[in-house]
Amino acid sequence: MTDALESTERAYFELEGGPGNAQLVWLFGGVLGILVLASVTGVVLRRTAKSDAARATIENLNARTRAWWKMCAIFALTLMIGRVGSLVLFGLLSLLALREYITLVPTRRGDHRTLLWSFFIITPLQYYLIGIAWYGFFAIMIPVFAFVFVPTRIAMSGDTEHFLERAAKIQFGLMICAFCLSHAPALLILNIPRFEGRNAQLLLYLVLVDQMSDVLQYVWGKLTGRHKIAPSVSPSKTWEGFLGGVATATLLGAALWRATPFTPLQAAGMSLVITLLGFAGGLVMSAIKRDAGVKDFGAVIEGHGGILDRIDSLCFAAPIFFHLVRYFFTP
Amino acid sequence: MSGDLHPLAGVIAALARAISGVQLRCADAPSETARQRIYFANHTSHLDFIVLWSALPAAVRARTRPVAAKDYWESGVKAYLARNVFRSVLVQRGAAAQAASEEEARAAGRATVEQLAEALGETNSLILFPEGTRGTGETVAPFRSGLFHLAKRKPEAELVPAYLENLNRILPKGEVLPVPLISSLAFGEPMRVNENESKEAFLERARAAVCGLRRGEDMQ
Repeated sequence: MTDALESTERAYFELEGGPGNAQLVWLFGGVLGILVLASVTGVVLRRTAKSDAARATIENLNARTRAWWKMCAIFALTLMIGRVGSLVLFGLLSLLALREYITLVPTRRGDHRTLLWSFFIITPLQYYLIGIAWYGFFAIMIPVFAFVFVPTRIAMSGDTEHFLERAAKIQFGLMICAFCLSHAPALLILNIPRFEGRNAQLLLYLVLVDQMSDVLQYVWGKLTGRHKIAPSVSPSKTWEGFLGGVATATLLGAALWRATPFTPLQAAGMSLVITLLGFAGGLVMSAIKRDAGVKDFGAVIEGHGGILDRIDSLCFAAPIFFHLVRYFFTP
Repeated sequence: MSGDLHPLAGVIAALARAISGVQLRCADAPSETARQRIYFANHTSHLDFIVLWSALPAAVRARTRPVAAKDYWESGVKAYLARNVFRSVLVQRGAAAQAASEEEARAAGRATVEQLAEALGETNSLILFPEGTRGTGETVAPFRSGLFHLAKRKPEAELVPAYLENLNRILPKGEVLPVPLISSLAFGEPMRVNENESKEAFLERARAAVCGLRRGEDMQ
């Protein structure tokens, strides 16, 4: 127990000036380069756009790039602050995502107290458990304890109309928005031999590959997309975008192997898993949105829709990536 | 009476916007300060008037007074907020219904309308909820006649219908803590009482204007 504590403390302090810091700076340098490139491309494209439709597409692209600058700045800042910064950031993202999700799915008055628990006790508790590095409880709190608690609290309200639906919907929201997403900052509490103090890189690696996969699928889809994968779910997802995005994001992830505890081949495998799951997350969230009859979960981020629209891929990729790393790379 | 807002007003408005995540759904939010308006909306939550009030631009908000129930807003901190921050017009709820005779009921109704007309004065606007009481959010109840009499008494004021969505889920009747979901607020086209329009016809038209702002099918 003391050993674990010492090593997490060491991990925290080494963030400030340890061997990991230089690579973290390099990674962010790369992100900065991509953003500059995207902004310059946006300006050039805007000058050359001819039709109104093209102009609208490019305006949306530029809005997305502007939002990316802000999101990267916030993420870099919280990563520099350390574990607490990342936990607070992801905790807030969980709450905002849960808010968008619950707003969309019908709940009834009898769910009010259960929702209060979900927002103000269960979600913060999940991040607190990561903060104190209590893996055994953090991994089962929502799938086991909340799973039992949610239907019980709803039943206590006495309203049985659509009971199973309501309980399932709230539990699903907690799983996606709080449980799944929290596995991203949970990477910071893994003790990976010969990688001590550099876990922040792994978090950045996950987010980078996942988000680049989204961006590259979007770009490949816009440039070459023809054959739709699931037109009734998401009209913008095409086979060309999917294959191009997955391939290039996997190559990118493999090229960044030095920032990870993986070999180049392992990094490629991990990136492939991240991109495929990211696609699955986007597809599932699109299906939920279609079911609810809306295009986006919200309008918080310029050009992107809501928080949940931006992190849907991460929600699916984070827990699997976490467990792969934990199973294969920790003792 | 109008003009400067209480220093807490901006803070409370920002807090109300944060908790309710209110998104405006109309093309042009009311921005003119010169015109007098009576905003009337559906009523499902204690947060209704605070959210509507906080969604208005600060300059408009400074001249807009919510109409609220005296029995609820009369004690302690609530009374302070109602009087100094929201500058609410506190009215006796159901005064007419509780009156002993029809005569008294009519007198009570007239007194309330007179009170509201006075609160409007020359420059103020009002927020009121013509259903008279909070509903569950599933339907909009028939409107009380106060809106009609007030509109007749102050014909220069524009009547602006508004629809508040999801506040019944954020803070339903009987609950104390809000669940911070995302709500929306839509303003409709300003309307007036037509010449020779009957009370019943106008109230039904006003209610239809509010219901018409509802988005798609009901969440329930």
